[in-house]
Amino acid sequence: MSSMTASLKNLREKPWIWSYLGMLVVWLATISFTGGKGGGDVITAALSFATFTVIVGIGQMFVITTGPGNVDLSIPANIALSGAVAMKVMGGENEMLLVGFAASMGCGLAVGIFNYSLIRVLRIPPIIATLSASFLILSTAIAYGRGLKIKPPLLLSDFTTLQIAGIPVLALFIIVVATVMSVVLNRTLYGRSVLAIGQNMRAAWLAGINVERIRFATYVLSALMAALCGFLLAGFSGGASLNMGEEYLLASIAVVVIGGTSVAGGKANVPGIWGAALFMFMLVTMLNTFGASAGIRLIMTGLIIVAVITIAGGDKPER
Amino acid sequence: MTTTQIVNFEAVAKSFGAVRALVDVDMQVVAGECLGLVGHNGAGKSTLMNVLAGTLSADTGVIGIHGQNLTRHYNVAVAHDHGIRCVFQELSLCPNLTVAENARIFHASLKGFGWKKRAGKMIIDKLDEIFPQHGIQADDVVGDLTIGRRQMVEISRAFTVSDEPLHLVILDEPTSSLDVVAARQLLSFVRKVVSEGQSCILISHMLAEILDYSDRILVMKDGEVVEEKLAQEYDRDSLVAAMGNVVESEAIEAHEENIKIRGKTPLVVKAVPRTQTGGIEFCAHKGEIVGLAGLASNGQKRMLLQVFSAADRHLNDTRVEGPVALVAGDRQTDGIFHLWSIGQNVGVRSLKNMVKGWLIGRDQEDAMASKWQAKIKIKTPDMNNNILSLSGGNQQKALFARALGSDAEIVLMDDPMRGVDVGTKLEVYDQIRKEAEEGRTFLWYTTEMDELFNCDHVYVFRNGQIVSELSRSELTEEKILQSSFKESA
Amino acid sequence: MKRYLTNPKFLRSALPAASLLVLLAAIFYIQPRAMSQFGMNLMLQYAVPIALATIAQMFIITVNDLDLSIGPFVGLTACIGATLLNTNPLLGVLALLACIAAYAALGALIHWRNLPSIVVTLGMSFVWLGIAVLVLPTPGGTAPDWVKAIMSFKVPGIPFPLIAAAIIAVVVHFALMRTSYGAVLRGAGGNPKAIGRAGWSLLKTKMIMYAAAGFFGVLAGLSLIGLTSAADAHIADRYTLYSIAGVILGGGEFVGGRVSPTGAVLGALTLTLTGSFLIFLKISPDWQIGAQGGILILVLALRALINRREAQA
Repeated sequence: MSSMTASLKNLREKPWIWSYLGMLVVWLATISFTGGKGGGDVITAALSFATFTVIVGIGQMFVITTGPGNVDLSIPANIALSGAVAMKVMGGENEMLLVGFAASMGCGLAVGIFNYSLIRVLRIPPIIATLSASFLILSTAIAYGRGLKIKPPLLLSDFTTLQIAGIPVLALFIIVVATVMSVVLNRTLYGRSVLAIGQNMRAAWLAGINVERIRFATYVLSALMAALCGFLLAGFSGGASLNMGEEYLLASIAVVVIGGTSVAGGKANVPGIWGAALFMFMLVTMLNTFGASAGIRLIMTGLIIVAVITIAGGDKPER
Repeated sequence: MTTTQIVNFEAVAKSFGAVRALVDVDMQVVAGECLGLVGHNGAGKSTLMNVLAGTLSADTGVIGIHGQNLTRHYNVAVAHDHGIRCVFQELSLCPNLTVAENARIFHASLKGFGWKKRAGKMIIDKLDEIFPQHGIQADDVVGDLTIGRRQMVEISRAFTVSDEPLHLVILDEPTSSLDVVAARQLLSFVRKVVSEGQSCILISHMLAEILDYSDRILVMKDGEVVEEKLAQEYDRDSLVAAMGNVVESEAIEAHEENIKIRGKTPLVVKAVPRTQTGGIEFCAHKGEIVGLAGLASNGQKRMLLQVFSAADRHLNDTRVEGPVALVAGDRQTDGIFHLWSIGQNVGVRSLKNMVKGWLIGRDQEDAMASKWQAKIKIKTPDMNNNILSLSGGNQQKALFARALGSDAEIVLMDDPMRGVDVGTKLEVYDQIRKEAEEGRTFLWYTTEMDELFNCDHVYVFRNGQIVSELSRSELTEEKILQSSFKESA
Repeated sequence: MKRYLTNPKFLRSALPAASLLVLLAAIFYIQPRAMSQFGMNLMLQYAVPIALATIAQMFIITVNDLDLSIGPFVGLTACIGATLLNTNPLLGVLALLACIAAYAALGALIHWRNLPSIVVTLGMSFVWLGIAVLVLPTPGGTAPDWVKAIMSFKVPGIPFPLIAAAIIAVVVHFALMRTSYGAVLRGAGGNPKAIGRAGWSLLKTKMIMYAAAGFFGVLAGLSLIGLTSAADAHIADRYTLYSIAGVILGGGEFVGGRVSPTGAVLGALTLTLTGSFLIFLKISPDWQIGAQGGILILVLALRALINRREAQA
């Protein structure tokens, strides 16, 4: 009995379990519909596509964890800009790969700094700051990348699409990144500070945490992750396009929440992001397999997000 | 006797999980009396009042109001209908609304044409009655008022009457944000109301207030009523004894023999309040306990924050030598990380010293938690429990442990003992004096006169300015009160 | 007088109107021909649906929530308006009422489970879009004639959008800021606990605010098709951003129930004019969206400046 309540308590402390369970159920439903065919392919595809959601999801998670009202809405614009810049800098040449990577990271850094300075200097709520920043960034991307049709260097497109025994190498790479980020969140001074700020910014300041430096680092981190996503995504999909980031706004927030991170801040976990990203992709695959129309697919996606958050329940602190 | 009984609680009990917050409490309130309620933090006073106000429901027991058994379906609305009002410890005003609108929230019947005018008149009239010269307008937005004025609005609102009856007002630590003048005004008003046949329940940690202004005193301990007598049968000592405090308050007096002579140790803090030009400088020497006195919110906290923010940078008007830590008085907004364990809350200020390589050492964190649990007697079975599982006083101890356990050489205290029980206080005073002996410097803002007698040196604040400076040997209650009220020339 | 003009409180409340006037002056300076009833009508015609959507968002923000689905929702009501409402008015009205009821239910759900509105409405944005796609798979449909008639209503001398905006502002201001229950509704944003303790139902306040948002969302959708006459599921995707920006430009704050209906309407007008301003400036369309962000930042910077001054005082 006591071991059962203990394991129940354990389960409650690991909210990411649910996203993996959901993923499993959806996968089973899909392959039972197809009679077992294509089960492996679904996993391969899910891993490839979820990778990009996970990259931006991790950055978004750190931002959301710094407390209510903190969210990075500039991710899609950032993906578009950094992807475009990288493609243009590299011009399809393998030798320029590192330079291109540095260029897109530079973009990310600039976006992060810009976002944060809006928040800090103008004291704008982060939602508005990143929203207005995204307008400017997107305009820059449009003006810069007009008519851009440059293929990524072969090395990059090969790397982003490489698979070993049906497992995308990029996914393995991002699993390592996620593991590192999980340690960063729970065991480093930076991660602890993020969690403290998310619970109570003023108390964090009075406990000697350099709140502004941590928030700065967090917005820069999120922007860097978005830039990384833009760089890899451009390689993966054979070139940068201006709207390639669009779906990642909702996706980045959705995976963070479904993964069990508290929207009220101060409580986060990385494994859940992977689970949620796989779950979201498999859900759409399942609906496709069932032959659902576009409208139904949208409705189901939406209802599942609402259902997940309803079951997970709110954990807003009483303020 | 032909007194009307208003409240009759019989064997009311309430548990939160394993914690028995109320154990078979009997309580009666009759018309025209002021009932004092005392007890340590966590003794169950607030829980009992929440049950009476209808914001918490009792597990078992009988709730009788005006002779009716209302145990079933007792809630806020029923309490309200029976004329029972409560001024809660944390404020129940809407900061985005005006004073008049807040009055309207309280009275469902204030509606229809001209409601704003009526609501405004109602609340301002009551403010005039209780706190003459309050300086509050009906269309002031509450969020723009000082905390003391907000408290005045909140209290006055509880005494306003529209078409619902008013029989009993519960005042839970009503004077905590009021200055001495306003507190006196309120307490005399309570006597007036009581003489007119209404009743009050008064909860306060200021035992003098309870002794002087209530008719009957109920003493609670560990969720039970342990004693109940007429107020005149108590004096301070017997009341403290009834609450279960065997620790003598003479401990404070012992300190007087140990007065330090200023200036023998190096200066560690030197500052002038931003709102002051020239005049007295605020100074603290190493190993001193420096008091910041005066009426509530007269610039003391601002002074502390000025020192706090000067610790990691160089400012012209503030010099601070050495790392600083702050003990928050307003736990919820300034101190507690509600999702974390007690241990994490204690350790957060010292994480930098626990880092090995890149990572925070788990062992160091646990070691610090258990060390301070023993040292400052935090009452919990496990330091890994959530911080909110502690009673208020013990949460405060955890915040003390956070500061005392850190590398800070200067500890700032923002009236941290407000609303903490006497037992905890005396334990912490001891700790502070011990630490000061060992060379730590304490800057201590307090609104409680007694605590100032722990200090080596006291600065009195008024309107954001330091108006007088007293060494321990010159310190008397009278002098502090005089400078707190003195009119500026 | 000078003291009054530099009073931060006054400056802050005057900022929405001032930014609108400055923008208007700039437009008239660049393009004097815009200063006609026809010009104003043209520049401001989309102000009506945007103002209505902004008001809808404002109701949600008042109770400390944020609606990320108002754009798709307006799109859905536009689709219903251009199809069902025209072909089968009774069914159309019922469908629109169901939309409002769905909003009220969302409010109830968010209150009941204490959910973060951002996530719930994020999910609902997919749902609204999905339903809209089912209702109207390809762009088209026709707005009912009476809707078109209302939207092309003409008053000599004054541009219709300004009249409509004034009516919206006055009605909502009265309902939210002047009535006695409006105080309770705003109080639910300022200190919900206190409202609950005073015996009011927080469930009811939240449902009312969400229903009001749904109602104004429906009005926004209908007024939109009154102008375009046809609809599309994606017709109002931008409105989510517009509505949030409008509330903020209008001086509303994200938490604590501090909002201003008049300000929100002014904010919506400012936002609408920004588009025209850029056209008159002959700025490349690439930069239009960026300039919109720029103006938002500019106004917020001014507000920050005023607030800082107040903090110093």
